[in-house]
Amino acid sequence: MIPAPFDYEVAESAEHAIALLGEREDAKLLAGGHSLLPAMKLRLARPSVLVDIGRLAELSYVRDEGEYVAIGALTRHRDVHHDPLLQEHCPVVSFAAGTIGDPQVRHRGTIGGTLAYGDPASDLPAVMLALDAELVVRGQGGERMVPASEFFTGVFQTAIASAEMLVEVRVPKRAAAGWSYTKMTRRAQDWATVAVAAIVERTNGAVGKASIGLTNMGATPLRASAAEDALAGGATIAEAAALIPDGTDPSTDYAASADFRRHLAKVLGRRALEEAVAR
Amino acid sequence: MSIARKGKDLLRRVALTVNGTRHELELEPRELLVYVLRERLGLTGTTVGCDTSACGACTVLVGGESVKSCTMLGVQAEGFEITTIEGLATNGDLHPVQQAFHEHHALQCGFCTPGMVLAAVSLIESGGATDEEAIREGLEGNLCRCTGYHNIVEAVAAAAGVI
Ligand SMILES: Cc1cc2nc3c(=O)[nH]c(=O)nc-3n(C[C@H](O)[C@H](O)[C@H](O)COP(=O)(O)OP(=O)(O)OC[C@H]3O[C@@H](n4cnc5c(N)ncnc54)[C@H](O)[C@@H]3O)c2cc1C
Ligand code: FES
Ligand code: FES
Repeated sequence: MIPAPFDYEVAESAEHAIALLGEREDAKLLAGGHSLLPAMKLRLARPSVLVDIGRLAELSYVRDEGEYVAIGALTRHRDVHHDPLLQEHCPVVSFAAGTIGDPQVRHRGTIGGTLAYGDPASDLPAVMLALDAELVVRGQGGERMVPASEFFTGVFQTAIASAEMLVEVRVPKRAAAGWSYTKMTRRAQDWATVAVAAIVERTNGAVGKASIGLTNMGATPLRASAAEDALAGGATIAEAAALIPDGTDPSTDYAASADFRRHLAKVLGRRALEEAVAR
Repeated sequence: MSIARKGKDLLRRVALTVNGTRHELELEPRELLVYVLRERLGLTGTTVGCDTSACGACTVLVGGESVKSCTMLGVQAEGFEITTIEGLATNGDLHPVQQAFHEHHALQCGFCTPGMVLAAVSLIESGGATDEEAIREGLEGNLCRCTGYHNIVEAVAAAAGVI
């Protein structure tokens, strides 16, 4: 399968990429290409021009910014997975990046690409939501900060406007918190049937306050707010896990029915919370 | 700065370094790396299994790291060193991973083998082939339809020196 013809421009900087994007309605950024190229082969996407940002080395970094760790949009999954700063301060991010696809996919795919694509089955969106990360979006008029809770707006839809680009992700440091990213896949390299990200503050060895992010339980990544509230009110892990499907709207597809996904979310949620308190 | 609509006829001049040899090519941007290798350069050792990023048969090394060449444009490869199965042996001597595949009978029909070998080379060189489990995980992007995984894992473990 070969994609339909398109024009191709190599961006020399983020500003250059944004200027090129502004010139044609249906222009698309090309980062690692590991979501976009498969979609173009299947004619699910048919941009008339690709703006290649894959060579913007200045947007591939992980930096310590005090309260948070900044990750450049062009940082590949492989580099997020192996980064010592993230392993120390935001271990759930590096761990989840290591569960994406397979080594070949992680050698090309980028954090900016996976967040901008807005696929509810992708792993890092739910993790960013659970961590209350902030996303830095740049357009011709300058930069704006979008909290993860406002970033994912629908299936393959985000708060990024057509001539804007995601340039950085800011992840609050949570080194002291317990964490887990518990994912179930049908086959080794598959996307998550369901996955649960849990970030837990411990009080006397039990869950004090928890943030729970859900992968593939609706049109966007979701927070399990009912379960979070129950835990804050003193519920046990088992009681809280039973509430995880509340407010979700999972789909039925080749991998699972919506009912099975709701069931899985409880089981994986309980395991994730148990692992997070213990870690 | 404006993008002239160039459409179908747009060809882009690209210099690719494959197995140490530099090639000047005129490519349509939509040409996938695997077809550039196979059809433009005649390097048919890289196979196409699924053409949907799922099987890993088309794996080559881009800058020393394993990549599925059916999911990368030829124009994206400009400036990188690309290694295909044809470029692994030196002066007629098999690469240690090739030699290990030979010795451990790690191929049956051989269709997945070039991709398996290159994925294994990348895994070993990145330090990821630490034990059997790590090798199995590290090769999760490569499918063998003949299902000879057991010998493949043994061959990679032998080449990595972990058995
Ligand atoms: C076989 C396979 C298995 C996979 N398994 C998983 C998995 O288990 N879990 C998972 O989460 N993902 C998985 N993926 C997807 C993978 O993580 C992709 O790399 C990722 O979703 C997209 O990143 P990319 O850099 O390749 O983006 P691209 O494909 O280049 O771009 C994706 C979209 O985002 C836009 N975009 C890219 N960068 C930016 C930016 N900086 N600002 C604004 N828009 C931008 C593009 O225009 C495009 O619309 C898999 C992919 C493959 C091929
Ligand atoms: S042919 Fe590229 S992954 Fe199957
Ligand atoms: S040896 Fe036949 S597909 Fe692997």
